[in-house]
Amino acid sequence: MQQVFKRPVSLKDVQTHFCPGCHHGTIHRLVAEAMDEYDVQKRTIGVASVGCSVFLYGYFDIDVVEAPHGRAPAVATGVKRARPDSFVFTYQGDGDLAAIGTAEIIHAANRGEDITVIFVNNTTYGMTGGQMAPTTLVGQKTSTSPYGRNQHKDGAPIRMAELLAQLEGVAFSARVAVNSPKNLIDAKRQIKKAFRYQVEGKGFSFIEALSACPTNWGMNALAANERVGSEMADYFRLGVYKNTENL
Amino acid sequence: MAKIIIDEIRCKGCGLCTVACPGKLLSLTEKINLQGYTPATITCQDKCTGCALCAEMCPDVAITVFK
Ligand SMILES: Cc1ncc(C[n+]2csc(CCOP(=O)(O)OP(=O)(O)O)c2C)c(N)n1
Ligand code: SF4
Ligand code: SF4
Ligand code: SF4
Repeated sequence: MQQVFKRPVSLKDVQTHFCPGCHHGTIHRLVAEAMDEYDVQKRTIGVASVGCSVFLYGYFDIDVVEAPHGRAPAVATGVKRARPDSFVFTYQGDGDLAAIGTAEIIHAANRGEDITVIFVNNTTYGMTGGQMAPTTLVGQKTSTSPYGRNQHKDGAPIRMAELLAQLEGVAFSARVAVNSPKNLIDAKRQIKKAFRYQVEGKGFSFIEALSACPTNWGMNALAANERVGSEMADYFRLGVYKNTENL
Repeated sequence: MAKIIIDEIRCKGCGLCTVACPGKLLSLTEKINLQGYTPATITCQDKCTGCALCAEMCPDVAITVFK
């Protein structure tokens, strides 16, 4: 018998701190698989954000810089420009990327920095106890929207994959999910494609991965997984929004 | 012939593998592991096709598949 499924080399063989059913773990693994695929582990510098994925350095067997909240794309810009031969990616939550870090992501994308951004959208601030994020769905109850998000007061959830796709500097933008084998297999393909853009020096690539946060959604893992495919994917449509090279 | 091994210490009992398996061969046990979770187990190893969908879905990379 042959081993047909194993842990990617770029992912350390350690226990994670993520809650049961949290998709951060799955997305970490897919990113590590893409790293293995293009054999970039040794020249990769990851830029971690503030949020539940803050321990990137503990889980990936690569070099990691820890950026202040929201600033990962700015830090990644510096790293890539100083060391153009390195492979540079950021890994950011929606509180990090779409709230406090809006300026940094928009301008790094608009400049067309040759980096890859992995954006994990779980419609809430996971680490700090489930506050409303710009991505929180209308009607969704959070600790700071106890009656549900009110579109009139709070605006509608922001769609980052579509928004960034409009910028000239962006070479690739896609939204994926890992809630079912089918979506996961496609997510793998898109993450690898995003990596390929950078490996071939083709510019800024962006992946938005829909993610479950069972703990702050007040759901068990299976119900939270289900919500990603129904309510979330209904508003945040999966798909490729920009693919300049048609790779 | 296929075989899976579930790392009972790493498993967090989320159940995502149980719904991913086309043959519904996985279920959660009643016993509690070192982390305080009820780990998954395979009920009928003989029927496993080695498709690895359970392992793909596992957020904790707790499943290894042989074929
Ligand atoms: C400058 C600054 N402001 C606020 C915080 C508090 N804080 C820590 S994590 C976080 C939100 C993280 O949410 P998200 O980016 O969605 O990631 P998740 O935890 O959901 O993966 C906030 C506001 C901080 N650490 N630094
Ligand atoms: S709080 Fe949410 S995002 Fe953070 S580890 Fe738990 S499930 Fe994942
Ligand atoms: S490898 Fe496939 S058939 Fe075997 S337990 Fe996993 S999902 Fe089920
Ligand atoms: S998906 Fe992984 S962590 Fe969840 S129950 Fe199955 S083996 Fe355990």
